[in-house]
Amino acid sequence: MKIGVYICQCGINISQTVDVEEVVKYASTLPSVEVARFYKYMCSDPGQELIKKDIKEMKLDRVVVASCSPRMHEPTFRAVLEDMGMNPYYFEMVNLREHCSWVHEDKDRATAKAKHLVEGAVARATFLEPLEKKEVSVIPRALVVGGGIAGIQAALEIAEKGFKVYLVERNPSIGGHMAQLDKTFPTMDCSACILTPKMVDVARHPNIELFTYSEVQDVEGYIGNFKVKIKKKPRYVDIEKCVGCGACAEACRLHNRIPNEFDMKMSKRSAIYVPFPQSVPLKYTIDPETCITLKTGKCGDHALCIEACDDRNAIDFDQKEEIVEVEVGTIVVATGYELFDPAKKAEYGYGQYDNVITGLEFERLVSASGPTEGHVEINGKKPKKVVFIQCVGSRDKETNEYCSRVCCMYTAKQAHMVKDKIPDADLIIYFTDVRAFGKGFEEFYNRVQGEGITYRRRDLGDPIKVNKQGDRVVVKAKGHPDIEADLVVLATGIIPRKDSKELSRILNINQSADGFFLEAHPKLRPVDTFTDGIFLAGCCQSPKDIPDAVAQASGAAVRAAEPLAAGKVEVEAISANIDEDLCSGCRICEDLCAYSALEFDEKDKIMRVNDVLCKGCGSCASACPTGCISMKHFDMKQLLAQIGGLVG
Amino acid sequence: MKEKFEPNIIGFLCNWCSYAGADLAGTSRIQYPPNLKVIRVMCSGRVNPIFVINALQQGADGVLIGGCHPGDCHYERGNYLARRRMAVLKNLLEYTGIDSNRVRMTWVSAAEGHKFAEVVKEVTEDIRKLGPMQHFRRENKW
Ligand SMILES: Cc1cc2nc3c(=O)[nH]c(=O)nc-3n(C[C@H](O)[C@H](O)[C@H](O)COP(=O)(O)OP(=O)(O)OC[C@H]3O[C@@H](n4cnc5c(N)ncnc54)[C@H](O)[C@@H]3O)c2cc1C
Repeated sequence: MKIGVYICQCGINISQTVDVEEVVKYASTLPSVEVARFYKYMCSDPGQELIKKDIKEMKLDRVVVASCSPRMHEPTFRAVLEDMGMNPYYFEMVNLREHCSWVHEDKDRATAKAKHLVEGAVARATFLEPLEKKEVSVIPRALVVGGGIAGIQAALEIAEKGFKVYLVERNPSIGGHMAQLDKTFPTMDCSACILTPKMVDVARHPNIELFTYSEVQDVEGYIGNFKVKIKKKPRYVDIEKCVGCGACAEACRLHNRIPNEFDMKMSKRSAIYVPFPQSVPLKYTIDPETCITLKTGKCGDHALCIEACDDRNAIDFDQKEEIVEVEVGTIVVATGYELFDPAKKAEYGYGQYDNVITGLEFERLVSASGPTEGHVEINGKKPKKVVFIQCVGSRDKETNEYCSRVCCMYTAKQAHMVKDKIPDADLIIYFTDVRAFGKGFEEFYNRVQGEGITYRRRDLGDPIKVNKQGDRVVVKAKGHPDIEADLVVLATGIIPRKDSKELSRILNINQSADGFFLEAHPKLRPVDTFTDGIFLAGCCQSPKDIPDAVAQASGAAVRAAEPLAAGKVEVEAISANIDEDLCSGCRICEDLCAYSALEFDEKDKIMRVNDVLCKGCGSCASACPTGCISMKHFDMKQLLAQIGGLVG
Repeated sequence: MKEKFEPNIIGFLCNWCSYAGADLAGTSRIQYPPNLKVIRVMCSGRVNPIFVINALQQGADGVLIGGCHPGDCHYERGNYLARRRMAVLKNLLEYTGIDSNRVRMTWVSAAEGHKFAEVVKEVTEDIRKLGPMQHFRRENKW
């Protein structure tokens, strides 16, 4: 056996805490090591060439590279072996950077540790076996979860590439938060004007099948072959028959009585409703929480909506929840965000005084299609003094440490809109730092400042207090004179969806510490998750504005379409293997497998592994009393040898 | 005075959570003692109690097993299996006169770089207190 060992300096990332030459010297003394070298960047072309040359000239059997995390470069080096006609599983990697040089300061001890890490890898490499990569076929369809701007963009792009897309949206209409916005910074184009054509494109696209008022209930399988259960909540309206005329809503006994969520409860709807006039699909939904028939079984002497619907007969109180199963090759998650509830910070007076509203409520207030038809009014009066407070639930250790990225700009936008509608209004913005980082943002901010709007810096450590005074409120901020205001607008931060945890479990993806979904690499794989075949788009990954959400969605669409176009993908060859001579047929392993990959062979009275179902976790191998189950690439021999090397 | 005892600790970390958490500690340059040496496994459910005993036999003074948080297992329930196995193993160790604190099971997610570093600090101190492992040592030359 001939092993080649390659230690990477990673510029100085590794070599400044690990004496790389020492490690090379040590590695050369280990059994079977034919050659040990170090190089500045092993992953670079010359680095890879170095390995290739040795493989060729020295006829190496195994290659060990000690550099960064295998979660980063294992595929790179496996490809080097493959290029040289070697089996890629003859490669072993040592994580010297993330697990050693970056986390230790003491050079002697870090070097000693590095030697043992390398020794463990060499020991394990001795026992590595060649494996065949598994190739699986890919179902040429995709699932997009969430129909905000990010989900819409991703769905349209995948569909345009010629693949079928199932778009699942929880609400009765697609559109997400963007549908609620009036104008968009920094260009001030009308949100609905740019969004609704895209919503219509989704509905019309022959490759998109839209599931609104629906949720993903369960996902099974793996890249190329996901089985998805979609729960269609009952709308109590047959969407094939409903023409969206709205006669039912006009007739409803609760007409204009139910707070409309789309308008942040500032307007009223009926129990049968569409969230907003441009809803897609333009189909009515009956709200089971308020509908008299659904709650009491009886609505007066007869349900007026049924009567109004007349011979279209679209209303169906017997509709039941339905589970639809679809199969897809890849999934894009675009479930967006929620907003911080400012009532959690009582000092702002939100929920206590009518004069205090949130930024999203303001969007509805200023919108021509909103509750006041675009008149900025509070308690029926035009506000003359308006205060905006930024960083409510952002950049604050008590609530959310991160910056929500959009509030500086939407506050500037909203101040500009007030100025536009009420030119003599006096506007003050409390900010922490104005973050105007995007294209055209700084220019927009300068423009708004030039409109006579006062920017005052707040200290996040000192709470701003809002108190009632007559029908106005007084805003007290440390270091600034008090302001008597007619209206206070709170720029509430973007937070992860409440059900993110649940969805992360359904999809088997991770969340970062802040609760948003975690990307596979913060820089180089920003739309991938750790689960192959599942990608992220929009605010579900982190707070972002519309241009960034759309850009990420386009990226996710490309990533999701790649396997669909290829028609097949390689999956890890790591799976369980049963030694038939040793298996006693005790069936202990059978129930441990979460994927039903182990089946009892009634004839031979032994267990058999279904290679396609096995995901290689190794839970069965650890339980087998006869030790007949081995895990390819994580075999007992290999691991015990590695332990021996590590303990030194 | 005698030199400070530096325990030799082997860690089995699941690829999806704890190993990624350790990587994050690295990228974030969070410092922790170099006593832990890590073996990557696909799932904490892969950790056969034999591995742990073997590590103690071959010269480790302690063993850390890191898996996904309960409910977050990449393979649905491998972490629960690991937890049960380690509970049984710890009983067995106590029975043979070995302090079961030499073996520790922990949950670290891919986002918990800080937690990972904290756990390594704790485990290193705990095992330092227990002193060198002297039971059933044996050479296992690979
Ligand atoms: C007050 C305010 C003003 C703003 N102004 C601007 C602006 O002027 N310019 C700008 O660029 N950006 C602005 N933004 C930011 C903008 O709203 C976001 O960038 C954008 O809406 C993100 O889109 P998204 O698709 O990621 O998320 P969302 O819009 O939140 O869409 C997510 C969709 O997924 C659905 N969903 C959620 N969970 C599930 C589930 N489990 N199953 C199925 N469906 C689900 C939701 O119902 C929703 O339809 C503003 C934000 C706020 C709060």
